[in-house]
Amino acid sequence: MAWYVDRAARVLVFVGGISAIVFIIGIFVFITKEGLDFVLGPLSLGEFFTSIAWRPTSNNPTYGALALIVGTASVTGFAMLFSVPLSLGAALFIAEFATGKTRETLKILVEMLAAIPSVVWGFVGMSIMNPLIIQIFDVPLGLGVLNAGLILGLMAAPIMTTIAEDALKAVPDTYREAAEALGATRWEVIVKVVIPASRNGLLAAVLLGVGRGFGETMAVLMASGHAINLPTSVFDSVRALTATIASELGDTVTGGAHWGSLFTLGILLFVVTFLINLTADIVVRGIRKK
Amino acid sequence: MVEVAGETAVVNGVPGPAYDEPPIIEVRDLSIAYRGKPALSDVTLDIHRHEIFGIIGPANSGKTSFLRALNRMDAFNTAMEVSGSIRINGKNINDWRNEYALRSRIGVVFPLPVGLPLTVYENVAFSPRLRGIRKRAELDEVVERCLTRAALWDEVKDRLDSLGSLLSGGQQQRLTIARALSQEPELLLLDEFSIAVDPVTTMRIEDVLKELRSELTIVLVTNLVQQARRLADRTAFFLMGELVEIGATEDLFEGDVKDKRTTGYIEGRFG
Repeated sequence: MAWYVDRAARVLVFVGGISAIVFIIGIFVFITKEGLDFVLGPLSLGEFFTSIAWRPTSNNPTYGALALIVGTASVTGFAMLFSVPLSLGAALFIAEFATGKTRETLKILVEMLAAIPSVVWGFVGMSIMNPLIIQIFDVPLGLGVLNAGLILGLMAAPIMTTIAEDALKAVPDTYREAAEALGATRWEVIVKVVIPASRNGLLAAVLLGVGRGFGETMAVLMASGHAINLPTSVFDSVRALTATIASELGDTVTGGAHWGSLFTLGILLFVVTFLINLTADIVVRGIRKK
Repeated sequence: MVEVAGETAVVNGVPGPAYDEPPIIEVRDLSIAYRGKPALSDVTLDIHRHEIFGIIGPANSGKTSFLRALNRMDAFNTAMEVSGSIRINGKNINDWRNEYALRSRIGVVFPLPVGLPLTVYENVAFSPRLRGIRKRAELDEVVERCLTRAALWDEVKDRLDSLGSLLSGGQQQRLTIARALSQEPELLLLDEFSIAVDPVTTMRIEDVLKELRSELTIVLVTNLVQQARRLADRTAFFLMGELVEIGATEDLFEGDVKDKRTTGYIEGRFG
């Protein structure tokens, strides 16, 4: 009897494990297939990466994705700029300083933050942040890199905080005790022992945050202004890759050039995400080997 | 071998414990509890300079709690409540401006070796760096001296840059001793250091401790009564949170005890 259970469990776990790989390959194949006609046909790589003219519905369509790429990069970059220190600080406080009720309450609050739907964040960006930015900075429009970046940063913060806190908590208390016994202060223990010991996990937390920002669609669509534009200041409106796909795919002819161009954006997103993860993996392995 | 003659002892020609000087540690009415549950009650004892002070007793007798209180590690564990007074060099340890300065003068060796996630070199250089030593040459000198004193230098001198955790268990424990010595402590607290160490390494470390005795004071908590016999000048017997008795080690082992339970434990009838 136990033998059957063991066998069944093994098969089940194997199927579970393999299905993740199957799905990823499946998605990649599907996106590539849909985009392939376009990539091999009307696409000019030079135009795609260097032109900001994204006019797929024009009578003389052009497919310059530079502004979209810069849009996604600027919003994600700005989000990480304030979100990473914020999240790591929060994680340090929860893991190393907070005790008892404070700690539990904070953990629950952070997890609740993570559960807020992205459309709600987008709504906050449009109806609260927009007028605030207009008022504080005296600019004509509050939808842009600043707004979308702040919203995205707040969205990415809970997951980064949670993962980073787990990484810090995984550092054995014996390390802390040993370092404290050597006369190190709490802060010295954190900087010299706890953070170095948990850097893999902290790096993973940051990269998950980057991935979250990179792939976010609805909130960015609502808070970024959705205008094709190379931003010169944080108040400029931009348009993200993801938002472009979401807003345009419904209006395309299945299998047409516009349809294919959107799938090409999808391929780009997929490749970049893959590269980020691969880099992270290599960095983490490199650290581990040392 | 330890010869205890009245109040003074001479070990291998090295001057023994300074029983005629004021004690380095004075413990008065020390009680420790965890969330109200007593772990140690009403301990009063003195420990003298250049003494190896042994503490024996079965598990849960309060030995480790006693060590932690000496180092004010109770600040680390919010559940640990300490009452009574501990004076080191005549100064109440609670009067120290911060516990970090106190701890930096006390070396601690834990039961299982705790290699900080650093290289061999950085493990030993950790405390000197905290003290503000920055010059490489100076650090090199400290690292070599401490590793040599802990009988580890010859084995690790070619791999100072590899992780401390890659050493064998016995080597790691000697690394933690080297690290404790790098604090230039006047007091060395050892908590069952030989639990994870092979017998040969244990003997090497014991030899190191005998030599160190001329420079500092050692409090040795041990689960091996024979280790106390080999090393300690005086030994205290803790049982279920009670200090049963303190005596010259040789007296206790010769059966010259005030309490029959001491002999019972030493001879292995319980524990």
